[in-house]
Parts: sequence; C-alpha cells; structure tokens
Amino acid sequence: MLTNSNLIYDGTFDGFLSTIFHVYKYKLDKVKIQSEFRSQNQLFAETQHVETDVIKAERVWKGIKSKASRSGYIQLYYTFLSEELGVENLLLDYIRYMFNTKIYIDKNYTNPSVLKVSKLAKSVGREKHRMEAFVRFKLTKDNIYFANIEPDFNVLPLISKHFTKRYADQSWVIYDLKRKYGLYYDLCKTEIITMNLSADLTVLSKDEAVFATEEMDFQKLWKNYFKSTNIESRKNMKLHTRHVPKRYWKYLSEKQP
Amino acid sequence: MSFERIKEKLNILADAAKYDVSCSSSGSTRSNKSKGLGDSSGMGICHSYTEDGRCVSLLKILLTNHCIFDCAYCVTRKSNDIKRAAFKVQEVVELTINFYRRNYIEGLFLSSGIFKNPDYTMERLVAVAKKLRLEENFNGYIHLKSIPGASDELMREAGLYADRLSVNIEIPTKKGLKLLAPDKKREDFIKPMEKVKNEIIQYKNEKKIIKSTPKYAPGGQSTQMIIGATGENDYQIMHTSKFFYKKFNLKRVYYSGYVPISYDSRLPQIGSQVPMLRENRLYQTDWLMRFYGFDVSEILNENNQNLDLDIDPKLGWALRNLHEFPIDVNTADKRMLSRIPGVGMKSVYKILHARRFRQLNWDHLKRIGISLNRAQYFLTCNSKLFEKRDLSPATIKSLILQNSSSKYQKTLSNQLSLFG
Repeated sequence: MLTNSNLIYDGTFDGFLSTIFHVYKYKLDKVKIQSEFRSQNQLFAETQHVETDVIKAERVWKGIKSKASRSGYIQLYYTFLSEELGVENLLLDYIRYMFNTKIYIDKNYTNPSVLKVSKLAKSVGREKHRMEAFVRFKLTKDNIYFANIEPDFNVLPLISKHFTKRYADQSWVIYDLKRKYGLYYDLCKTEIITMNLSADLTVLSKDEAVFATEEMDFQKLWKNYFKSTNIESRKNMKLHTRHVPKRYWKYLSEKQP
Repeated sequence: MSFERIKEKLNILADAAKYDVSCSSSGSTRSNKSKGLGDSSGMGICHSYTEDGRCVSLLKILLTNHCIFDCAYCVTRKSNDIKRAAFKVQEVVELTINFYRRNYIEGLFLSSGIFKNPDYTMERLVAVAKKLRLEENFNGYIHLKSIPGASDELMREAGLYADRLSVNIEIPTKKGLKLLAPDKKREDFIKPMEKVKNEIIQYKNEKKIIKSTPKYAPGGQSTQMIIGATGENDYQIMHTSKFFYKKFNLKRVYYSGYVPISYDSRLPQIGSQVPMLRENRLYQTDWLMRFYGFDVSEILNENNQNLDLDIDPKLGWALRNLHEFPIDVNTADKRMLSRIPGVGMKSVYKILHARRFRQLNWDHLKRIGISLNRAQYFLTCNSKLFEKRDLSPATIKSLILQNSSSKYQKTLSNQLSLFG
C-alpha cells in the first residue's frame, strides 16, 4: 500500500470527487489532495495527476447522497466552494467518517472535522446571502442588467437559481472579477460565460457610452433614498460596518462619494 | 418622469416614513410563476444598512405626508411646519420597479398621511399594489399600511395584493393615546386589524377546499409601539404586546424608541436620548416569548415591572430563579436548555444533536459556541469542574459583568446615571 501520495486535480468539484474515487479504489491511506492551481511539491511523496471523470464523480456523489442527510451533502458542497487551503483533506476526512458510520454524522458537533465543515459551510452560506443582497445591477445601453462581484468564496454556482427565478423578465450578467467568469441570463436560460472585460467597464463605471441614459439618475435616486431613510440621532457606524463590511462598499452605489 | 421632481418628493416622503421600523420581507410565499418580475418565496434579504445600523429591505415611503390628524408624536402631524409632497400612483410604481430591477430592494413598504378621509387614502394605497401586481406582473414583497377607519371592502382588497398589512397602535396604553392623539381611539386601530385577521383565517380555510383560492396577505400582520414617549413601564408594554400577538395572530410587534421630533411639552424634549438600550431589552423579551417558550409574566409582573438595563432579560430571570439551576446539558429537555443564560436557540439544537453521539463537556460546549461567561454558573456537563460554591444572585451578576464588555457600555453608564 502506498503511504504517501500527493494527488493533484483540476480544481473542479467533479475533479475532487474523481480524486475521492481514486483514493477509495487504490485504498490510499496517507494522501494530500491539492488543486493544480495551488499544488506544492512535497519531498518524499509521489505526485500524481488525477483525471476528472464525470461518471466516476457521479458515482461518488450518489454514494455520498446515500450516506448523508440533505443538509450533510449540501454542507459538503458549500465547504468545497470555500476554496480554503487544505479543504480537500478536511472533506476527505469528513467523507471517510461518513462512510464509516451507520447514522448521519453531519450534526455530530463534537467531531472536529464535522464542526469545521459546518463552520465553513456557514461562512459560504453567509457570503451567498450577501451576494444576493449586495449585487447592484446597472442597465447597459443594450438592455442588459450588469453587475460585478468579487466574493470571498466561489458562490456564483450557488446564487444562480436565486437570480434566475427572480429576474425572469430581464437579461442580466453577474461577473466574478476575481475568478474571471460570470453568469448570463438571456431570458431563457442561465449560462456560465467568460468575457474580456475592459478595465473601464468594471466597478462603478460612469461611462455614458456603456450605460443607459437613465442609469445614473436611478443610482442618484437610490443614494438619496439611502440618505433620507437614515435616522441621524440613532447613528451607529460600528453596527453599520458590521452589517456591510467595508470590502463590499466599492460595489454599492449608495456608498459611493 | 422628471428626476429632479421625483428626487425632491422621495427625500421628503422617505424621511417621513423612516420612523416606521418594520422592514421585514420574509414570510411570504409569492413565487414567480409566469416569467414575471420578482419572487418573494425565499427568506427576507437586507440589501443595505443605513448608518444607524438598520436594515434596508424595502423602499419605505409615504404616498403623501399631508395629514388631517394632529398626533403629537408624529412628524407628519397637521400642525407641524414642514414641506409637504405627494406621489402619483404611477410614480411609486415606476420607482419600485426600477429599484427592484437593479436589486436595490425586496419590494415596497407603502404608508401614508391621511388626506381627505380614510377610504380615499386606502383606495390609493390599494391602487399602487394592484397596478404592480396586475399590470407589471410584480411578485416582489408589498407591505401596505391599513388605514384606521378604512372600509371592510377596501381592507379585503388590500390583502389580495399585499404580502403584509400593518396598523401601528403607536402608544401602548389607552391613557397615553388620549393624551397625545385625542382624535384617535384604540378601536380605530383594532377594527382593520380584526378584519384582516378574519380574512386571513377565512382564505386559509377556503384554500384547504379550493386550491385556486388566491393568497390573502401571506406575510400576515404586524404593528408597532413607540417606546418612551409616554410614561408606560416595560410590564405594560409587553403585556399589550402579548395581547396583540394572541388576539390578532400578529407576526411581529415592533418597538420603536421615541426619537424626539417636537417641542410639545407632553413629550420628551428635542435633544433627549433615544432609549435604544431599553428598546433592545424589549426585543430580547419579545424573542424569549416567541421562540424560547417563556410567558411574559415570568419576566415582567406586578413585582418586577421593568427590565434590567445592565443584563439581558433571560439572565435576569435566571438570577431570580436560581432554584431551577444548575441544569445538566446532557439530560435536560429543550425547554430547560433554552432557559440557560448564554445559550441561544441555535446552540440548543446543536446540543440536542451532538449529545446523541457522546456526553458533552466544557470543551464541546465552548466549540459549539455557547457563551460560557454567562452559562457556567447555570449548568453542569460531563466534567467534574463546575461551580460548586453557593453563590448569591448578586455575586453571580457581578462576576458576569466583570468579565463582559457590553456593546452598550457607554449608553449604559449614561442611562443608568439618569436613574441613579
């Protein structure tokens, strides 16, 4: 049996599940799973690239679903999207514990891996919710509602359903500048897209060539509303920044000078 | 639409609406079925927060701040010398739609000063909601004010388009209301509330039989009380609150610390502090009543008419009832677990789940996230180390306060010195 293997996968969820398949198939014990974007060579370890195989991934996912409660496998996926360093090995631990136990384990908060997974999943869930709140669409001249985001975690796959359901009668794009891909809804379906964003289209561009004529007016109205609805004698900036952390301000039109 | 004119109106009518604290956008079941705009079947979303730390979820405005009433506590009162404005129905519709499309808001909260008469006012509020639903195919959240004195027919129609309806009783006691709003009677507020409550029950029953029965105010009803404008104590406030929750199946009662807006001698003067800490304690009590299985009379009664400002109401209750403690977290039932100070409902559920795997000790409890500073005096777990001294309530309280820094420390020392 191999004792030290360094497994490299392509960074996708299917790739990760394929790696889990590999680990089980070859009964590997001591492994380190790393995304190819993050990999570091370890001394004295055998490095191997694992091919992404959708069919194997599907089999593993089915197995997980049969061994986990709904919240258990959702937590697993959310945790994966956190992209936290070392998250793959945390999840391997979680999955092993899951397969070795007769009952659902996702609520055993006394197990360190379970507790860590539930905490990471919570952070990702919070970021998902924040993006559903803090996305600010700007109407472009060609009638597309456009928004940039730079979430801490890779939450685009999680917010797709929410926006598709809500904005069913308008075309929109939500673009993740950090991970360089986006969602595009064309009135029928939502797809993943990549674009070459010219620098001037990013953040809160005031470019009149790009955005609809009334766009700036609505941003102004919104900013005005934001000011008028505040109660000065209750001012509490500490509470304010706890709810709206400063790193999000640059995307919120109401927080622009 | 002329943006300059709209901007001016928006400033006036948002400013006038901001004392209504309700901003909830949850609890509805309206989903987007026919490829329309919006969906309010999920949980509520706060799209922003103002600098006072309050959530911005809905576009909260008055249709107009012209008003025939002269309630002393209200900024829109007839005798107040302020700029007046009025939106046209179509203007509110366009603002709502355009804000919603940009993901600024979850929907609309529409209230109004009373112009001409209650029916005339209510009719216009309903017209906005109707237009949004029927002409714009809008499925976002709509919260409408029930105007006291509006006809039953209009109230019935309002519920067909709105997700939530509310009427603010504002002053917790009849005596206070008589003093500050002599033109208004408690019955005027209660009548539309009663009507809406009965309609909700009726529509729900019909829906059980005929599936196509339309939704009626799926987000339910709420109300609001002003705190600290008249001399009510916390006991009176919370008992009024309980009465309204029970009697009208309210979803929420909001407590709004009075913000001085008038030189009227019947009211706290301009410049006096907003009682934010007291407001916070009232909300905590409200939560204990709705989610923790407490009866109000356990916390506030003839002998104990005001909440402590320096400690939370659950801790206050525990210190008055030390004979109920310590509680063994490995065997206690949900009801008693939820009564341990420093243990919130989320921790209660985590404890209930986790203890099926093993006996919990201090380390587990800490990692789960309970506040040991408060909890340690009230529980035992799988450990020999627990508080064995026979401490008096006063000693426990001072030990806890020594080791905590309240976010209200500054306010607290100010407000306490007032009573000192």
